[in-house]
Amino acid sequence: MSNTQRKIREIIGQLRLIWKEPLLFISILAIFYFLLTFVAFPIFQVFKTSLYTNGKLDISNYLAIFSKRYYFQPFLNSVILGVCTATIGTIVGFIFAYALTRTTLPFKNFFRTTATFPIISPPFVVALAAILLFGRSGSLTPYLIKIIGPYSIYGLGGLIIVETIAYAPTAFLVLYGILQAIDPALEEASMDLGASDIKVFSTITLPLTTPGIASAWLLVFIQSVADFGNPMVISGDFRVLSVQAFLQITGMYDLSRGSTLAILLLLPTLTAFFIQKYWISKRSYVTVTGKPTGAMVKRVGWYIKIPIYTGCVGFTGIIFLFYGMIIYGSLQTLWGVDSTLTLKNYIEMFQVGKDYLIDSLTLSTVATPITGILGMFLAFLIIRKKFIGRGLMEFISMLTFAVPGTVVGIGYILAFNQKTILFPFVLTGTAWIIITLLIFRNMPVGIRSGIASLQQIDPSIEEASTDLGADSNITFRRITLPMIAPAFFSGLAYSFVKAMTAISAVIFVVSGKWNLITVAILGFVDNFKYAQAAAMSLTVIFIVLIALGIIQLIVNRIGKGARNIEIIS
Amino acid sequence: MKQDYLVLEKLTKVFGSGKNTITAVDKVNLQVKKGELITLLGPSGCGKTTTLRMIAGFEFPTSGKIFIEDKEISLIPPNRRPTTMVFQNYALFPHMTVFENIAYGLKIRREAAKNIREKTEKIISLVGLEGLSERSPAHLSGGQQQRVSLARSLIMEPKVLLLDEPLSNLDAKLRVSTRLEIRKLQQRVGITSVYVTHDQEEAMTLSDRVVIMNAGKIQQIGTPQEIYAHPVNYFVADFIGKANFLEGRVEDVISKDKVLVEVKNKKYEVFTLKDSFSKGEKIFLIIRPESVELEAKKPNTLTGIVRQLIYLGSRMIYEIKIDKDHLTVEITNPQEHKAFSSGEEVSINFQKKSLHIIPYEEIKK
Repeated sequence: MSNTQRKIREIIGQLRLIWKEPLLFISILAIFYFLLTFVAFPIFQVFKTSLYTNGKLDISNYLAIFSKRYYFQPFLNSVILGVCTATIGTIVGFIFAYALTRTTLPFKNFFRTTATFPIISPPFVVALAAILLFGRSGSLTPYLIKIIGPYSIYGLGGLIIVETIAYAPTAFLVLYGILQAIDPALEEASMDLGASDIKVFSTITLPLTTPGIASAWLLVFIQSVADFGNPMVISGDFRVLSVQAFLQITGMYDLSRGSTLAILLLLPTLTAFFIQKYWISKRSYVTVTGKPTGAMVKRVGWYIKIPIYTGCVGFTGIIFLFYGMIIYGSLQTLWGVDSTLTLKNYIEMFQVGKDYLIDSLTLSTVATPITGILGMFLAFLIIRKKFIGRGLMEFISMLTFAVPGTVVGIGYILAFNQKTILFPFVLTGTAWIIITLLIFRNMPVGIRSGIASLQQIDPSIEEASTDLGADSNITFRRITLPMIAPAFFSGLAYSFVKAMTAISAVIFVVSGKWNLITVAILGFVDNFKYAQAAAMSLTVIFIVLIALGIIQLIVNRIGKGARNIEIIS
Repeated sequence: MKQDYLVLEKLTKVFGSGKNTITAVDKVNLQVKKGELITLLGPSGCGKTTTLRMIAGFEFPTSGKIFIEDKEISLIPPNRRPTTMVFQNYALFPHMTVFENIAYGLKIRREAAKNIREKTEKIISLVGLEGLSERSPAHLSGGQQQRVSLARSLIMEPKVLLLDEPLSNLDAKLRVSTRLEIRKLQQRVGITSVYVTHDQEEAMTLSDRVVIMNAGKIQQIGTPQEIYAHPVNYFVADFIGKANFLEGRVEDVISKDKVLVEVKNKKYEVFTLKDSFSKGEKIFLIIRPESVELEAKKPNTLTGIVRQLIYLGSRMIYEIKIDKDHLTVEITNPQEHKAFSSGEEVSINFQKKSLHIIPYEEIKK
């Protein structure tokens, strides 16, 4: 039998299986439709718009990329920023991960929690804190000027500091997983053969972690290049793509130029994503299974301990300083003018911000469970079912992860402000555009954690259920779902956090009727109302913490011995 | 001094702190001679691996001392000890080739490149890995990985070679051939070795002497023959091979190495290695299944009733009931013997030289 014949027969076999399980077939079709409409179509719209000027096909935008400063400069700046942040962030993340897995650092839980804290706060809070600390009327500004002379926190320097704090946690989580997964016997074997601490590190630990370091670097690079909130607040004259695209569209109403900038933004992030996914991950020596390996020799010399511990304590101190500053700032009467402590910002925040807060909560609460269930269902389909286009389904759903929010946001306003054959409703201005955007932007993480947990469940358990007469649907609900519940809830927790703190994409689709607290905070920052912005940011952090606590309680109740919620980005 | 090359002196390791402590290794004394292969044998959690890791330097003893050639090494870090270890999962460096793995220690030691190449090539052919030196460990079979691991340790010419269940990841057939290879290699190189295993057959075939451990303590040290024929207590007798235990009493001490015991109202003369038994003392008579003979019932003999028989081709296993006790009997080459059927009453003879006694112990079952 020839290869083609075999392939055809295989396809027919799959089709027949789908015929026998119509519900599965319909689900697959529906999911493809959703992915096409809410993931691929908006990006296509951005691309299409970038090719048109005043309604005519015109590739002059692209021809101008290398000749016009308004394209080339932000592109260069974004890449420079990404490279710097990724490099410093990865170093910081590595120091933390090494300290927590390879040394006897005391209070490990404390350091771990602190190091991951920036993940649950709205991204631009760090930039706000930087302004409160080092801005024109910052608390530490007078002292710093005495030491280093006049400076400005606005610009590349400030951005690197702020984004390092915001995204080093990502690098930390990646590297922590890798360092934990390295078999301790390898390092023991090296030591046993005569290697000193430093030799063990340079000949074993470091080479084995290199693919992980590259991964961490690229992930931080993607986040940094895609970041919108921090540059919006603190970039000053240092123009980056995400902010320029936003300003072109909302300020100049130049959809074409904004779209071109968005496509430029897509280039470095997608490149990094593909390198990470298809090149580096295949070069990894370490499989991160989530199961921590055996005991580790934690006897490293002082010459390793001192710099590592200093790094940990220093970075933790900085995180405390920044978030502490948000608390302090939120209690000031008028920032930079009247520093009498007061609670009036919170009162004002509830008066002005109440509607935003309710909108944020409502939309997040609607989006979160849908995100979670859809993510899990997709993970289930990808891992457990064989059907034509499975690879494509995984690819499209993961793609969202690498597409900057700015691109998605622009895509949504272009795609859903009119009826199309694909989607015969206008979503612009409704709550649904925000909800769908939140769902499809946050889904990849749900899918990823779902895939990870499904891969650890023996398929024969599900086969046993099918063997006993249950169809795919019942098997998923009665067998698979209970087993993946912890991963499901950790996906939920993540989606909720991201929904509550989202800014880069949603800022394009909010309306007078439906707005979000993060957008409101950014507005306050824009108007120099730092104290109110700080009070609002803290409120968001507080709500997120409560929600995480509730979800943790649920997980504890349903899954005895289930793992703690892990926030992975 | 050829004797006592490696010495463990009251070696103790306590894990945990406060109220939650576990004594993993409890006052272990051991003397290993140069060139000897010693196995630490025991059930999981008996402290054998912890003992090995203390010799390697991965754990520091809570108390007690370790000497190699009369030099104390108890607190020296693993990288400066004259020991190397073969790990259970081989711990081959996945980012290095076979050659680089094996040469690793010499490079760390900063030996000349020419030396490294010569030594590595020599050991590669010694363990039979010719032609594989540029492979990555991931592309080797389990047996080959095992040999890389062994070569990587041997090339360092350690004073003591440590092996932590090195065969447990191999399939049964390979395990048998590899353990013979390891033994041959060890004898050829003449290297002092400490070998941890929970497989008694492995321990019996490999070792010069076997150390039986349980609950952190050494139960018995001896050659495989001593351990099997003259276990010192219930644990060792029960752990090594299959044994029948019959309760009895010392009737008389005949000479320094011979006692008369009474078991089931029958008297038996038993040779003992030590003269520590006294008249009237309660004992266990130990009889291995293969040392029992069965006959058609005769008067004035120990009798029992056949409860079950299992035919295994080369052997026939009988379960015999004597009053309340059970006796397992193994008849080799059953074709040459009379077969008995279930429910039949038979006479039981013990082969005199195989009888052995140990002090009576209260057995918790």
